[in-house]
Amino acid sequence: MKISEQDIKTVASLSRLRIREEEADDVIFQLNKILTYVENLQAIDTTNIEPTTYALPMQNVFRDDKVKPSLERELALSNAPLKEDGYFKVPRVLEEQI
Amino acid sequence: MTLHEKTAHELHELLQTKQISSAELTADIFSRVDEAEDKIGAYLTLTRDKAAADAKAVDDKISRGEKIFPLEGIPCAVKDNICTKGIKTTCASKILENFVPPYDATAYKKLAAQNPILIGKANLDEFAMGGSTENSAYHVTRNPHNLERVPGGSSGGSAAAVAGGEAIFALGSDTGGSIRQPASFCGVVGFKPTYGRVSRYGLVAFASSLDQIGPLTRDVTDCALVLNAICGHDEMDSTSTAAQVPDFTKSLVADVKGLKIGLPAEYFVKGIDAEVEAAIRNVAKKFESLGAEIVEVSLPHTEYAISTYYLIAPAEAATNLERYDGVSYGARVDGADVVEMMTNTRTEKFGAEVKRRIMIGNYALSAGYYDAYYLKALKVRTLIQRDFVEAFKTVDLILTPTTPNAAFKLGEMTADPLKMYLQDICTVPVNIAGLPGISVPCGVTGDKLPLGFQLIGKALDEATILRAAFTYEQNL
Repeated sequence: MKISEQDIKTVASLSRLRIREEEADDVIFQLNKILTYVENLQAIDTTNIEPTTYALPMQNVFRDDKVKPSLERELALSNAPLKEDGYFKVPRVLEEQI
Repeated sequence: MTLHEKTAHELHELLQTKQISSAELTADIFSRVDEAEDKIGAYLTLTRDKAAADAKAVDDKISRGEKIFPLEGIPCAVKDNICTKGIKTTCASKILENFVPPYDATAYKKLAAQNPILIGKANLDEFAMGGSTENSAYHVTRNPHNLERVPGGSSGGSAAAVAGGEAIFALGSDTGGSIRQPASFCGVVGFKPTYGRVSRYGLVAFASSLDQIGPLTRDVTDCALVLNAICGHDEMDSTSTAAQVPDFTKSLVADVKGLKIGLPAEYFVKGIDAEVEAAIRNVAKKFESLGAEIVEVSLPHTEYAISTYYLIAPAEAATNLERYDGVSYGARVDGADVVEMMTNTRTEKFGAEVKRRIMIGNYALSAGYYDAYYLKALKVRTLIQRDFVEAFKTVDLILTPTTPNAAFKLGEMTADPLKMYLQDICTVPVNIAGLPGISVPCGVTGDKLPLGFQLIGKALDEATILRAAFTYEQNL
């Protein structure tokens, strides 16, 4: 399965990444090489084989619903690139109504 | 032998009997760091002041006549993807350039309870993605045995620190071989515990179903001591197992009589260097001469392990790394709106390999490709795991090379990511199946480069691995 330039652009956009013009050829070449290699899995018959997400058997893990102290607000905000009045601050999300 | 070349258990005796002080030992390590670090580059951050203060506290305790913990006062390195409260944790990425964790990873917290001396945070491939430590956004690390060679990765800084006398032991993390492969390249012992043995809380997530923290040490005894310190259930990690943790030093018994060790034919195929194969066959003979029985076993899906791993790990990574969006922590590069800010941040601050894996992961998870790539890989994961279950019906341990070759040259693989991925062939099946595995040094190549063998055990049976590894080491 060959990955096209358009596919790459879609995946990059989903990943919130931008591919620079000058690196596009190499990025596509390397991704295609890897995706071509992993094609070897298609040769295996996996009919009736259940997928494994975690190697060790695990059921739902419950704990008591007890209130415990959590990270203090100041500490939680201590690594924020931009903050104001105890909140994380981000650029505008919605356009202004005209 | 100078202090920085000794093992933790030797140094423990010297400390407890007041033949040396922790301050003296710590100073010796830092003088070695000052001399070697320009060449090796094992560390991203050094914690000199904390180390000096901590060493003094240990010495005060000893002078009061108190008994000290096995790792108390012993200098160590911690991989820089393990959160250390108040100490910068960068993951060797520009996106976490100034990140100072507000909490400790559980594994580090448990280790710190024994009062070892933290020398610094060790270099790695960015977000632990790589096998050479050349993907660090800051600098490469070189192999102390040969400075033109890589130390392996991603825990290359941890392995190089221990091999180069810049720490007595280290913590690393292993998602597809990132402890065992650098241990093999640098001639030290590296252990990846069973998935769930060590809490992942505070380990910066790469691939959550595969990641595991473990020790890099000078010998098997030290390995058991560090495992004793870091293993155990943690309510902060729902995937950590509640299984009882044995005292691993009880496994330090030099006896493999009656033990059945499997040699899987699939690990001795083309691509495995002749010197490596000869070394592993010698290890098998040694075990046989010590009373173990060597049995041929088959792990038929081994050849699919790389494909399985390089779909599952990037898929999990793509999801885990969504959090680096320039909002709550980490770097931010401004943009006109929130999406442009996130895109600018990630484009500028992630390195090439991290971006490649995020894109492979999102591609494998995207509509139309999910079944063919990601789901297929999860099903083959089941088959790989079954291979081990079958093999362990007849054997107690499985012996393989840790790596297909000794340490390669810097720059040798960087232009060809797939070639680098294929280096992981012996180690990734162990993570896919969630099993414990060790790499133990077994001689050098004609070029004097260290080699290692891998022992794989049943789930939660670290003890048998340690016993066999210890037996081998005691009979060199």
